[in-house]
Amino acid sequence: MKPTDISAPSYFHKVVDCQWACPAHTPVPEYIRLISAGRYTDAYMVNWESNVFPGILGRTCDRPCEPACRRGRVEEEPVAICRLKRVAADNKDDVLARLTPIPATKNGKRVACIGAGPASLTVARDLAPLGYEIHVYDAEAKGGGFMWSQIPRFRLPESVIDEEVGYITNRGGVTTHYNTRVDSLKGMLAEGYDAVFVGCGAPRGRDLDVPGRKEAAANIHLGIEWLASVSFEHVTSIGRRVIVLGGGNTAMDCCRSARRLGGESVTVVVRSGFEEMKASPWEKEDAMHEGIPILNFLVPKEVLHEGGRLTGMVFEKVKAERDAKGRRQLVPSGEPDVTIECDDVLVAIGQENAFPWIERDIGLEFDRWGLPKLNEATFQSTVPNVFFGGDAAFGPKNIIWAVAHGHDAAISIDKFCQGQDVADRPDPLVKMASQKMGIHEWSYDNDVSIDLRFKVPHADPSESLRSIKAEVELGYDRELAFKEAQRCLNCDVQTVFAASLCIECDGCVDICPTDCITFTPNEEEEALRVALKAPAINKHQDLYVADGLKTGRVMVKDEDVCLHCGLCAERCPTGAWDMQKFFLQTAKTTNGVPACASR
Amino acid sequence: MSYLKPALKHPGLPKNALGFTRRDYEGSISTLCAGCGHDSISAAIIQAVWELGIEPHRVAKVSGIGCSSKTPDYFLSSSHGFNSVHGRMPSVLTGANLANRDLIYLGVSGDGDSASIGIGQFAHLMRRGVNMSYIVENNGVYGLTKGQFSATSDKGSKAKKGAINRDEAIDLVAMALQLGATYVGRSFSGDKAQLVPLIKGALAHQGVALIDCISPCVAFNNHEGSTKSYDYVREHNESVNKLDVILGRAPITTQYAPGEVTEVTQHDGSVLRLRKLDEGYDPTDRVAAMNYLAQHKAMGEIVTGLLFVDPDAADLHAGLGTVATPLNQLGDEVLVPGAAALEKLNASLR
Repeated sequence: MKPTDISAPSYFHKVVDCQWACPAHTPVPEYIRLISAGRYTDAYMVNWESNVFPGILGRTCDRPCEPACRRGRVEEEPVAICRLKRVAADNKDDVLARLTPIPATKNGKRVACIGAGPASLTVARDLAPLGYEIHVYDAEAKGGGFMWSQIPRFRLPESVIDEEVGYITNRGGVTTHYNTRVDSLKGMLAEGYDAVFVGCGAPRGRDLDVPGRKEAAANIHLGIEWLASVSFEHVTSIGRRVIVLGGGNTAMDCCRSARRLGGESVTVVVRSGFEEMKASPWEKEDAMHEGIPILNFLVPKEVLHEGGRLTGMVFEKVKAERDAKGRRQLVPSGEPDVTIECDDVLVAIGQENAFPWIERDIGLEFDRWGLPKLNEATFQSTVPNVFFGGDAAFGPKNIIWAVAHGHDAAISIDKFCQGQDVADRPDPLVKMASQKMGIHEWSYDNDVSIDLRFKVPHADPSESLRSIKAEVELGYDRELAFKEAQRCLNCDVQTVFAASLCIECDGCVDICPTDCITFTPNEEEEALRVALKAPAINKHQDLYVADGLKTGRVMVKDEDVCLHCGLCAERCPTGAWDMQKFFLQTAKTTNGVPACASR
Repeated sequence: MSYLKPALKHPGLPKNALGFTRRDYEGSISTLCAGCGHDSISAAIIQAVWELGIEPHRVAKVSGIGCSSKTPDYFLSSSHGFNSVHGRMPSVLTGANLANRDLIYLGVSGDGDSASIGIGQFAHLMRRGVNMSYIVENNGVYGLTKGQFSATSDKGSKAKKGAINRDEAIDLVAMALQLGATYVGRSFSGDKAQLVPLIKGALAHQGVALIDCISPCVAFNNHEGSTKSYDYVREHNESVNKLDVILGRAPITTQYAPGEVTEVTQHDGSVLRLRKLDEGYDPTDRVAAMNYLAQHKAMGEIVTGLLFVDPDAADLHAGLGTVATPLNQLGDEVLVPGAAALEKLNASLR
């Protein structure tokens, strides 16, 4: 194998699995260490830089970081990264003075953001400090978009949204146009904006098409519309018996909301298997914890009604089979149909993008799925000054993806407005710093906690089910947060090897608690992976190969289950191993290293 | 400085016949200098005992004084241990062995402990043939007292501060061969592929087994001019054979040319399969081994591998005709037969 080029930022970035998995590449171990140190405000700011909405995301994020967490590979469960983020938000001091200042002198460029959701707000946050004049349009009365209208208050209190949206909209540079529905992109362009960002989300719920749907329409609601009505308090009650169709997080929000608005018997019904549901495992758990059964392999067949009133639904029982081509499909199981009586049905079977307000004659092209044709790196549409992001760009995802899109789109808009090449992307900001403080001392806490994941305290269900606004999760207190934070393995503190210093004494090989290090004759990757002290099975994690040793062998480190405990470096007599903190912040308009400057 | 090794381990770590992983045979974290060869030997012992599937409580590890003699704390934390007086490991171990021959005895010593203060003990243990594995962690220097020459430092080798050694070195391998040891090997802490099977063979051997293991002292004897440094040993290492220890009769899966492999079946049924690296070397010929060692020493080579093995070794108990049952399992009436029995014995000697 070729020796690893550790100067490429992506190599060590991949070792910080949580940060690699996070769409916004939040430096997770960095803020977890700050929480351990009781520096909640600093931890909040590390988050705010990257993901803009730490308080909101600390309660609602899809947490792609957690399945990626290395802790989950050496122990039962990953670090509760998401809930630690909330700890930073809950315990921080006033941060207003630390937010990037908004200059009084403007740069003369005006940018319109359509929709006041996370993607648009991220664009606004990234551009306002550079002197841009930002105009945010939204049809609703306040900012936040789906974070406000879709996520129920028992998961995300209004005050948290107001605070974090306020950090963007209330500090100057950003003018909000709420209660203003944009119904023409042509019209918006005619207003002379230098650039327009479309972050209007994916606002149409997919409907159900089965016999009886029309007749019983009064009691059949589209999930996202119903959730919005609940958020705006237009809807305050629901029937006693409720069926929720769909297996995503929207379905989970629907069923739990229904449970709080009078639904005594709420049932979730999904077409496919329980395991295949799109909802996050913890959201399914929370729903079941509130006495909501999830029935699977049931396909809606018919809506039952009597005199225009919904009475129930009939489902066909199916099973999953593979066809001749190996594709999984659902076929009737032959069992009798299942009938469930109900008073209301909530349909949460998916969302579609719809852009009825974008004229088709302005040069903006759409693909065959009705999504705008975009450059995937720049988010630029076929109209050069129109950019997309969030769910409006590539279809429904989640908040953290919307934020990531926003950062990239902001860079594009800045470059576009400054007459630079939009395709020339800035490099991330990368720092490496040795953690050595003495012969065997490190400036990070290298003890590895053996505690199992701590449960986040929940409110008593009998209390929390009484009100749609009572927050269910109470969050970690400081003591629990410290213990949970200690579970983090500090994967950003990298083991950096200098072959020229190595005397091949095997000290590191012998001490390594997870058998990561092997000195061996070099071979091709496939042969090497099985020849190591413990086989390197996770092919997504690159091997660290270093040559230049006296015996002609190579040092091969499998990063996959490295605990970053620093014992290899402690037992190294020559300092050939060093523990170096790798800090990576993705390029943003406010911190980016211009591509040309770093090359 | 870390004083605890994290309990988390590689999820794919294999288990031995007893269901233990290698990590279950570890001890506490080493307090020796970073890079010490002794730590590699500890790791090799852990690997060997784990591979043999020995229950930790069946092992007694006995040591003397010195850096090497500290190491039993760093492996087999669930085994019996006795850290004895300087150079007195052989007598303590002999006593333990006489009292209970059911345990597997592992003596750990160093060049100071065995070749200087304990050389008399070393010699007598070898000639008595106590059933044990005697590992000398040989760094050719007094590390604990900051780097004086030891009795195994080669004549002409240089100390860290530049002094030249004028005394002849004691070669423990040559002595052991001469004194009748029945399993003699030499190895290098930096070559676990060779060392682990050597330790396994020694543990299975039913007689006295010596392994002289060169173990560089990173702090005081790893410089230019030393003959026990990592670089010097790697350059001058001449391995005579490659050993595989086979428990039970595993079929031979690799094809060897005739004469390329020697198989030695030991008393406990274990098979030592030796792949020859030097064609002319016969590890069952004691005199030839002594000659070979002397010749190659004169050429400046460090001969390693399994140098001699007597598959029909007998041990001290066979010679003394002692009782097979460990003394702690015999009742008082057997151990203390009383005045009448003593009188009878005395009378028989008059």
